[in-house]
Amino acid sequence: MTIQSCDLNASVVPMPVSNENSAASAHSKAQRVARWLVSPSVLVLLLWMIVPLSMTIYFSVLQYSLLYPGEHPFVGLENYEFFLTDEGFSAGMSNTLILVGAVLAITVVLGVAISVLINTPFPGRGIVRVMLISPFFIMPTVSALVWKNLLMHPVSGVFAWLAQVMGMEPVDWFAQYPLSAIILIVAWQWLPFAILLLMTAMQSLDKEQVEAAKLDGAGGWAIFRHITLPHLARPIAVVVMIETIFLLSVFAEIFTTTGGGPGYETTNLAYLIYSQALLQFDVGMASAGGLIAVVLANIVAFFLVRLIGKSLTEKH
Amino acid sequence: MAELKINALRKSYGDIEILKGIDLHIRDHEFVVFVGPSGCGKSTLLRSIAGLEEVTSGQIVLGGRDITGLKPAERDLAMVFQSYALYPHMNVRKNMSFALELAGVDKATIEAKVKDAARILELTHLLDRKPKDLSGGQRQRVAIGRAIVRHPQVFLFDEPLSNLDAALRVQMRLELARLHHELNATMIYVTHDQVEAMTLADRVVVMNQGRIEQVGTPLELYHHPVNQFVAGFIGTPKMAFIPARVIGGQGHELTIQLPSGEHLTLPRSPDSIHVGAEVTLGIRPEHMRIVSPENANLTGQLDVTEHLGSDTYCHVNIDGGHTLTVRQGGDYEGRFGEIVGVDFDLSRAHLFDSEGNALDSVTRQAA
Ligand SMILES: Nc1ncnc2c1ncn2[C@@H]1O[C@H](COP(=O)(O)OP(=O)(O)O)[C@@H](O)[C@H]1O
Ligand SMILES: [Mg+2]
Repeated sequence: MTIQSCDLNASVVPMPVSNENSAASAHSKAQRVARWLVSPSVLVLLLWMIVPLSMTIYFSVLQYSLLYPGEHPFVGLENYEFFLTDEGFSAGMSNTLILVGAVLAITVVLGVAISVLINTPFPGRGIVRVMLISPFFIMPTVSALVWKNLLMHPVSGVFAWLAQVMGMEPVDWFAQYPLSAIILIVAWQWLPFAILLLMTAMQSLDKEQVEAAKLDGAGGWAIFRHITLPHLARPIAVVVMIETIFLLSVFAEIFTTTGGGPGYETTNLAYLIYSQALLQFDVGMASAGGLIAVVLANIVAFFLVRLIGKSLTEKH
Repeated sequence: MAELKINALRKSYGDIEILKGIDLHIRDHEFVVFVGPSGCGKSTLLRSIAGLEEVTSGQIVLGGRDITGLKPAERDLAMVFQSYALYPHMNVRKNMSFALELAGVDKATIEAKVKDAARILELTHLLDRKPKDLSGGQRQRVAIGRAIVRHPQVFLFDEPLSNLDAALRVQMRLELARLHHELNATMIYVTHDQVEAMTLADRVVVMNQGRIEQVGTPLELYHHPVNQFVAGFIGTPKMAFIPARVIGGQGHELTIQLPSGEHLTLPRSPDSIHVGAEVTLGIRPEHMRIVSPENANLTGQLDVTEHLGSDTYCHVNIDGGHTLTVRQGGDYEGRFGEIVGVDFDLSRAHLFDSEGNALDSVTRQAA
């Protein structure tokens, strides 16, 4: 912009050459200073990203097991091959996708329903809001343990007691429906996040729009379908994007409850990588798994952006 | 028949009474404007008619049908909001057809009605745009179009022009007046701008603090305000008010004394007022004239003069700390600080008792 206007000046008004030169040099000098001042942070960021990434790539092509110290021979893509053909991989892959998909569905549907319901004033709304948000502040390990030992325990859990009161057989959640149990716990943790975002979005819904729809003859459902839901499209997209990023790497809830079992039933990719690296001490394979997970996350992110990104960029 | 009757309507929020007993009769095809200062309850009254507010007591009857307890959609009215309240994710066509689609009208009819409304409002080339891609005036027209397609019995407008710039406001005002003739519909229009009220209305309803002060045609309000509030609210620049005291009366004439000592005689029956009573003289800028200080009703010192081209507004400071605004011809040249005389057209002056109620002039009583 500045350079262009300099040129323009030069062509219209015959300026002394030296003058223009000094202006240009002052300009480039300022740029050089800026570059110097910015470079340390750029460098740090670069190292921050490049070093772990390149080391992971490096390890992923070595035969590098902590159980066998000494030589780490180059093995090419063998680690990738082993990881991809590992019996845990397809299970981990599908479990990851099921977990992400199910938790997203639960949190978005319930999140929308709850935030629409608590948008109308009622006595005690403030307290209800705080209680709805509070699970978000509990550490994943803690909440997983609470669910495991106090709620879902087949003998001493609240659910088992409830089942007995109603004359039903208590369910042994982690043995019978292990993945569903994990989904339930994770959804409980992420529901507050969805509510928080959607509740805030509901407050910015124009009341006169709703009133106009009422005058147009829209009932409760029509208002929800034609006014509220389109208004929430963007915040829903944000919830889906952010939750996906975190849900792809759920770990603590699995670690503290099922340990990935029984078999591979609750092993997701993050847990699979952990078990490769730290249970089998195979750094090479864990690195390969990590990179595959990164690629997978990128593919998922790509499709999500394509799917809902449109409503994100579309300005109202 | 879209005749609207409002009987003893009251509305409270908690302990605060906003509408304090409204009685109003709006005739078929009439363009009625509610006007009043901000916060006087105009919107609340309009929203009560629309069914968006539950009333505390009273009755609203539209075309012989009691609609007081009905849902907004069942009342057969359409409303245009100040914020336009367009549906942001629907294009113009969908915004206008939404109500008809909800009502289950068939596609061909919807298409025809939307086309018709778009033609009237010159929106045809914008039908596929979203509200965000429209200018303020265009959005305004879409909001009106959304009301028109439904062919409601009554149109309600809540300050529809207040978000537009001055030039556009004048243009839209004309379009609304034209629309009223074209649709031949009953329209109720809320504004705090008395110019809009005077120019648009068949009848104006002046409101103040939850009550109706006066209902009448624009000229009735201008010539015969029933009290000091209406007198001060209608007309620009505002009517001047000067405190005075009754010093005598005889036949059809009443003599008052101004604080500066001058005596004025007005055509008012002295029967309803006693000598010594405090009154207020009201006189509009266009009913005063600047003259030479000798033989004038009043003298004062000329303050600022404002030249509008067509008129000149002269501000004159008189005794007692009052300022009169006098409307002079466009080419009047006054000198700042000059001592001038002000003459009143006393046949057009207004007189208010200590409660602010107008003392009817003799000519009006006779009429
Ligand atoms: N929902 C509400 N709760 C309490 N007071 C309200 C509410 N809506 C309006 N009011 C009060 O009612 C009065 C009249 O408001 P309104 O009808 O909007 O005035 P206006 O004549 O400016 O349109 C105002 O004093 C306002 O504060
Ligand atoms: Mg208002």
